Amino acid sequence: MLAESCLFSYAKNVTMLTAQQVKDLELKANTIRQDIIKMLVEAGSGHSAGPLGMADIFTALYFNILNHDPKNPNWDQRDRLVLSNGHICPVLYASMAHAGYFPVSELKSLRKLGSRLQGHPHRRSLPGLETTSGPLGSGLSQASGMAMAGLMERVKWWVYCLTSDGEHQEGNTWEAVMFAGKYKLHNLTVIIDRNNIQIDGFTEEVMPLEPLKEKYEAFGWYVLEIDGHNFNQIVDACNQAKTIFNKPVVIIAHTIAGKGVDFMENDFKWHGAPPGISNMAGEPPKEDQVKIALKELRTLQGKIRSEHE
Amino acid sequence: MNDLFLNPKLFDEDIEQVPSRNGFGEGLVIAGEENKNIVALCADLTESTRIEEFKKKFPDRYIEVGVAEQNLVTVASGMAAVGKIPFTTSYATFSPGRNWEQIRTTICYNDQPVKIIGSHAGISVGPDGATHQALEDLALMRVLPNMVVISPADSIEAKKATLAIAKLNKPCYLRLSRDKVPVITTDQTSFEIGKAEVFYEGNPSASSGRCADVVVIATGQMVYRALLAAKELESHNISVRVINCHTVKPLDKKTILKAAEETGAIVTVEEHQVSGGLGGAVSELVSQFYPVPIKILGIEDHFGESGKPDELLNKFGLTKENIIKAVIQVLRMKN
Repeated sequence: MLAESCLFSYAKNVTMLTAQQVKDLELKANTIRQDIIKMLVEAGSGHSAGPLGMADIFTALYFNILNHDPKNPNWDQRDRLVLSNGHICPVLYASMAHAGYFPVSELKSLRKLGSRLQGHPHRRSLPGLETTSGPLGSGLSQASGMAMAGLMERVKWWVYCLTSDGEHQEGNTWEAVMFAGKYKLHNLTVIIDRNNIQIDGFTEEVMPLEPLKEKYEAFGWYVLEIDGHNFNQIVDACNQAKTIFNKPVVIIAHTIAGKGVDFMENDFKWHGAPPGISNMAGEPPKEDQVKIALKELRTLQGKIRSEHE
Repeated sequence: MNDLFLNPKLFDEDIEQVPSRNGFGEGLVIAGEENKNIVALCADLTESTRIEEFKKKFPDRYIEVGVAEQNLVTVASGMAAVGKIPFTTSYATFSPGRNWEQIRTTICYNDQPVKIIGSHAGISVGPDGATHQALEDLALMRVLPNMVVISPADSIEAKKATLAIAKLNKPCYLRLSRDKVPVITTDQTSFEIGKAEVFYEGNPSASSGRCADVVVIATGQMVYRALLAAKELESHNISVRVINCHTVKPLDKKTILKAAEETGAIVTVEEHQVSGGLGGAVSELVSQFYPVPIKILGIEDHFGESGKPDELLNKFGLTKENIIKAVIQVLRMKN
């Protein structure tokens, strides 16, 4: 019953954050998006669309939801954030840097020789990373293992697992969904980046995932669906997840891949490509891509200011 | 031989025989008593991988994962990340066979101290046939940075190895047998990860002077057969040193290079493909630092088949007689 009333609250779009908090988070996410573009340009390779699409969720986590201490990354009572689809790590790195785990200037070392910011995250390289990821489909199992051990020890910390929609084509993901359902890992909250694209096209064309909500429910999970760019909904869903006692919770976050850069939005061509590298049909010429992207993000930033000032 | 504390009945017909998986099961219970952070995970093979006792004794520290080997090791990786010492068990063809990439990324590269226990390794699995006879597992695990690879000679050594890997803060692979194998060691026999042990030093023949004529480096239950071959060759005036190389990685370079230098000829024996296992490891070392003739005994690029363990070991050339033949071949190459 609790669950149903919570769901109903979405219809009313309960505001949990103050206008100032929302504004601060939006500004932070915008800065993170700009850093993502700059990092990718500097690196000359890497994924664009996913990191931009998840910037709001990462911002909400690192600047509002997570119980963590960037100056003490090994603090044993910290919440654990497991990034399963490691390829969107530019957004993870940018969020961590702005949260204070390491200097923002280090973001420019992404993918370079000797960098702590490996092309896909390597736990032993960078304090604050909870795991090593890149090969898809194994993060949810690791998060489940952490949650399982957490329940055994009755700890207070929480486990968050961020997954992509595409990696739900991996068998390993469903093994974990079954496992977490069986053991009722209520200290585990999964957020799926439901942006509908993957490298070869739209998920529903490559290998359909729907009905995703019903699949999770059939495996014994409690499912929430949100707009992954609405800070109130992101924070509210994560808070709600903590009230569900006998099930793991999955938040299907509907996002726009490439969010914030018009020519990248909802376009799978940008899944694995950084701006400024190649000319693509229907896209701005390569020499203009970075300029347009950054200008657009900065303009958005201007809009936010004008709305709230 | 007495100072090695090997089984005094080593060369008797009625030597006791026990599957090495039993020793693992006993060791895991002791390790569990010693350290409450040890947990066991299994993919629907609790009885046959011998973690039933652990499950009975520590039901809260036993996790049934179901038939899902990829999940088995990745859940274990997550548990290790927050302070547990997970032992995962399945048959070696499934784990580390099916879940190799997960072991590579989430355990080895991620550097988590998960223990992969692969039971039913080798051709001696018997009637289940080739699908269940892991002959590639040593190669698969040996190429992974950070991984420690151990293949015990008998059940007592398997027990010691279990206790030792429980205390080692690294990813480990432990290879176990299904079938009964002769118990050649005792509780007193020394065991140290990474330390190959000379289990037999034949009396030097008149021609060779101070040292054995040849060294047989064996792993797993092949150590027993190597010892039988050494004993028999002694009566033909061929002096053999037998090394029990239970740790395939990291290889005991010192003991092996010393043997290469002193004997000048090597035979390796393993219940595994001739590529990539113990023979591969020894060849990689010796060819670079002290090249001597080597003969690698193992499965020659074949899959196994159904049959009784002894029938299969005969058919695939892993008997005392095959070792004797290989020794003679390698001695010819040496001279």
